[in-house]
Amino acid sequence: MTFSDILHETHSALSSNKVRSGLTTLGIVIGISSVIAMVSIGEGAKTQIQSSIEGLGSNLLTILPGVVQPGRGIVSSGRGSAQTLDTKDGDALAELDGLAGISPELSRRFQVAAQNGNNTNTTVNGVLASFLSVRNASLAAGDFLNDAANRRLGRDAVLGATVKTDLFGEEEAVGQTIRINKVNFRVIGVLAAKGGAGFSGPDDMVFVPLSTMQRLLAGVEYLSTVSLSVADKSRINEVKDAATSLLLARHRVSEPDFSIISQEDILGTLSQVVNTFTLFLASIASISLLVGGIGIMNMMLTTVTERTREIGLRKAIGATVRDIQLQFLAEAIVLTLVGGIIGVALGAGIALAVTRFGIVQTHVAFSSVALAFGVSAAIGLAFGYYPARRASQLNPIEALRYE
Amino acid sequence: MIEIKNITKTYTTGSIAFTALRGASFGVAKGEFVAIMGPSGSGKSTLMHIIGALDTPTSGSYTLDGKDVSALSEDELARVRREQIGFVFQTFNLLPRATVLRNVMLPLVYAGVPPLLREPRAAAALRSAGLGEEHFAHRSNEISGGQIQRVAIARALVNNPSLILADEPTGNLDSRTGEVVLGSFQRLHREGRTIILITHEQEVAEHAERIIHLKDGIIVSDAKVANRRIIQQ
Repeated sequence: MTFSDILHETHSALSSNKVRSGLTTLGIVIGISSVIAMVSIGEGAKTQIQSSIEGLGSNLLTILPGVVQPGRGIVSSGRGSAQTLDTKDGDALAELDGLAGISPELSRRFQVAAQNGNNTNTTVNGVLASFLSVRNASLAAGDFLNDAANRRLGRDAVLGATVKTDLFGEEEAVGQTIRINKVNFRVIGVLAAKGGAGFSGPDDMVFVPLSTMQRLLAGVEYLSTVSLSVADKSRINEVKDAATSLLLARHRVSEPDFSIISQEDILGTLSQVVNTFTLFLASIASISLLVGGIGIMNMMLTTVTERTREIGLRKAIGATVRDIQLQFLAEAIVLTLVGGIIGVALGAGIALAVTRFGIVQTHVAFSSVALAFGVSAAIGLAFGYYPARRASQLNPIEALRYE
Repeated sequence: MIEIKNITKTYTTGSIAFTALRGASFGVAKGEFVAIMGPSGSGKSTLMHIIGALDTPTSGSYTLDGKDVSALSEDELARVRREQIGFVFQTFNLLPRATVLRNVMLPLVYAGVPPLLREPRAAAALRSAGLGEEHFAHRSNEISGGQIQRVAIARALVNNPSLILADEPTGNLDSRTGEVVLGSFQRLHREGRTIILITHEQEVAEHAERIIHLKDGIIVSDAKVANRRIIQQ
């Protein structure tokens, strides 16, 4: 029996009962498409989180005052209330080996008003000129704050992309005056949008010189964040350890009253969350795939019973055990493969729709498509094997007599 | 060509043993047309299964074309069936899904005949079984009972087997159509084929050259037909 003979027999058998073959295939279609869609959405979410975090500046160590308590996360750590980092800590940290840059920051939320009447409540961040390079940000218009502005308590401001739109819309922002906490600032630049990054994203911020922030706006000498950019990514842990021991010594404490978080830590935690979630969704989808497989087995068993006499006849005219087994196995595999192909197309379609509607930028990985095909073929084999074996072991005499 | 020596067959269902054949012995020469007769329960079906290599005897020996068939494995039996034996059954003759031509090609598929050679050989077998080309593309529900049996005969012939084994081939046909089918067997016999016909009807059996009577698992008579019925075509 050649390959094309098997295909011919399979086609003839499956097309003789189109509705049943179609419904059985539908089970596999639903299983495969939901696995593909779930995994694609999960992968998409992971890539999105990854790129927005890396967009904040790779090789970045973020030092926060206070202790980030395990289980409570970064966001609820009460940063801003703890006052264990100050400008002198920042100066000391700048002396560390292996740094490409350091950006001490102090941020507070203020109401910011433009002269055209628009106003917004946003984070005002006091920074140095080094912010731009350390945090991997770039300008869309104008200039960034320079060191001279910092020394003379300059009232210059640079707007994040979101703030610029909120206050000035399509208008030119550079040269305008804004009012923060009753102090007038001159807008000298606008940052390019970074997108995503809900966590300390620079889009929804106004940047002013650090000294102006500390003396004029907040009235404190403390820092809310120190960002360190490490020159060599492989030395990031070394720098982290050095910064830890330096701060411990300066604060004369044995337990850290600050936290040092690397982008890797954040990335790792978020990826883990997304992975778990993807796995959870994929396993629900896999259950429907399993149910689809059982549907295949059920149909094949019915088919074998219905075609008992046909099997007997085939055996009488010389079909071997292997011929019969191959024939029925091929039917199961073709059903699942057809289901797999339609399922991959449907799953990719769902993923595409999710992207189109702007929910998550999904990513249909080749590996998940290959996996889906492999799994559907394997389901065909696994669930087709038993019925095929049953068919092939029928006694031809009994099978011919079967009514 | 066929040598059957002291064949017995015992079926065991649970603790009950049933002996269908109790030591049958006979031979069939090449080119013979033999009918095996007997009432139901006489063991003729069992004998047919053994001759057809669908089953093996409990004891005794069966030689087909000089080869011992009585102790072969399942796949070896399948090989004997597809190379040396052509079956014509009483019912369920054709695959309803496939065309007449495809049905006749099926034994060639299992015998591993190259695809290009199959169609001409199947067409030739159909023509020699007396079926016109206009029916080749029909399915079995589109042709008559007599035509179905001719397709079945063509399928039995297509592998050029040493033996044609017909199990009640006229059982489901009216007497006129039955005669046509028996006529086909007689023609094949004249062409030199070896044919064994299993039947319970004396009239049908008399179309053969020789009748073997079976009763309660033993052969009670084995004789030439005195007044053979010949169908003129």
